[in-house]
Amino acid sequence: MPQFWMEDFAPQMVWLVISFIALYLLMARVALPRVADVLETRHGRIADDLDQAAQLKSQAETVIAEYEAALAKARGDAQATIAQAGLEATAAADKRNAEIAEALAAEAAAAAARIDAAKTEALAELRGVATELAQAAAERLLGAEVAAGDVEQAVDAAIQDNAGRS
Amino acid sequence: MSVDRHIEHSSPMHQFVIGRLNDWQLGGLDISFSKAAAFMFGAVIVATLFLVLTTSRRAMVPGRWQSVAELWYEFIADMIKETIGSEGRKYFPFVFSLFSFIVMCNLLGMLPYSYTVTSHIAVTITLALSVFVLTTFIGITRHGTQFLSFFVPKGVPLVMLFLVVPIEVLSYFMRPISHSVRLFANMTAGHTMLKVFGGFVVQMGVFGVLPFALIVALTGLEVAIAVLQAYVFTILTCLYLNDAIHLEH
Repeated sequence: MPQFWMEDFAPQMVWLVISFIALYLLMARVALPRVADVLETRHGRIADDLDQAAQLKSQAETVIAEYEAALAKARGDAQATIAQAGLEATAAADKRNAEIAEALAAEAAAAAARIDAAKTEALAELRGVATELAQAAAERLLGAEVAAGDVEQAVDAAIQDNAGRS
Repeated sequence: MSVDRHIEHSSPMHQFVIGRLNDWQLGGLDISFSKAAAFMFGAVIVATLFLVLTTSRRAMVPGRWQSVAELWYEFIADMIKETIGSEGRKYFPFVFSLFSFIVMCNLLGMLPYSYTVTSHIAVTITLALSVFVLTTFIGITRHGTQFLSFFVPKGVPLVMLFLVVPIEVLSYFMRPISHSVRLFANMTAGHTMLKVFGGFVVQMGVFGVLPFALIVALTGLEVAIAVLQAYVFTILTCLYLNDAIHLEH
């Protein structure tokens, strides 16, 4: 096997060392920095883009939070306004009810007074008519004059009696 | 020193002759340039040109070839990160060069009429010994005498240590042997097999179609082995570096 020809070892080893050192220097100084540069530039770009996206996202979230806060505030204001309006309406209705009730009570009282007056008047007239009637009826029956004072007394007694019974 | 060894051109072993192109000497050292040396420089040039040309556009969205270069880079970077951790970063150029050199030599050897540098034990033992010397040097400079504790596994009874420590020492010094023979034997066996079946194609006439079909399949397998053995050599290097840096068993 040519692999075991010892005289070939030295030249192969010499050129291997030379070529490998050349490769090492070319890789370390030229090729690897180039590839590393390309990869780093890309990674940097991707990281930048991600940062920017994260920033935009946080901005959007701030806007959403502000919007929601404004919405909640508007809703609260509306609720307060509605409650206020309800209270005012209730108060106005109560006030109006009270006024009407008062007016009605006053009218009722006036009507009762008028009825009382009419009733007293009617009763007074009734006493007069009853007295005259009773005097005329008594004179016809007795055929004699009856004293007006007596008749009045008797009518009053009868009215009193009647009122007590009814 | 001239070499008058001869090997038949039809022999499956003829492909492993290093093919001296001159007879240079330097102070008694034989530095003859050969086909083997030419293919070593070929691997250096192909690897460098590939990485430089594919990244020339420095595209933000990589094209097909630039992706290969980036994949190649990140493959080794991830391998070091997973086996050694962040301390392995400074050995990245060395490990990357080692992988690139072996994979390029293996793949160039797959071309017809070419020569496979890594099919020679002289080459693989030099690479393996470099790794061995480097890792031992790192282990001693980082840990001093503490490095010797690497040969004393924890939790072993004292009596057993008389048996275990010599085995540990022996296995440590066997590392460059297994490391280099694995690559050399794989490349030699694969290429010999291809040549042997190639001979059958000629000898069997019409029925040579059968070994020819086999060669097509084996060539695909050999390409896979070329990459796989480069990977194995590199990951073992990473594991040895990890041992030297972290002194873990």
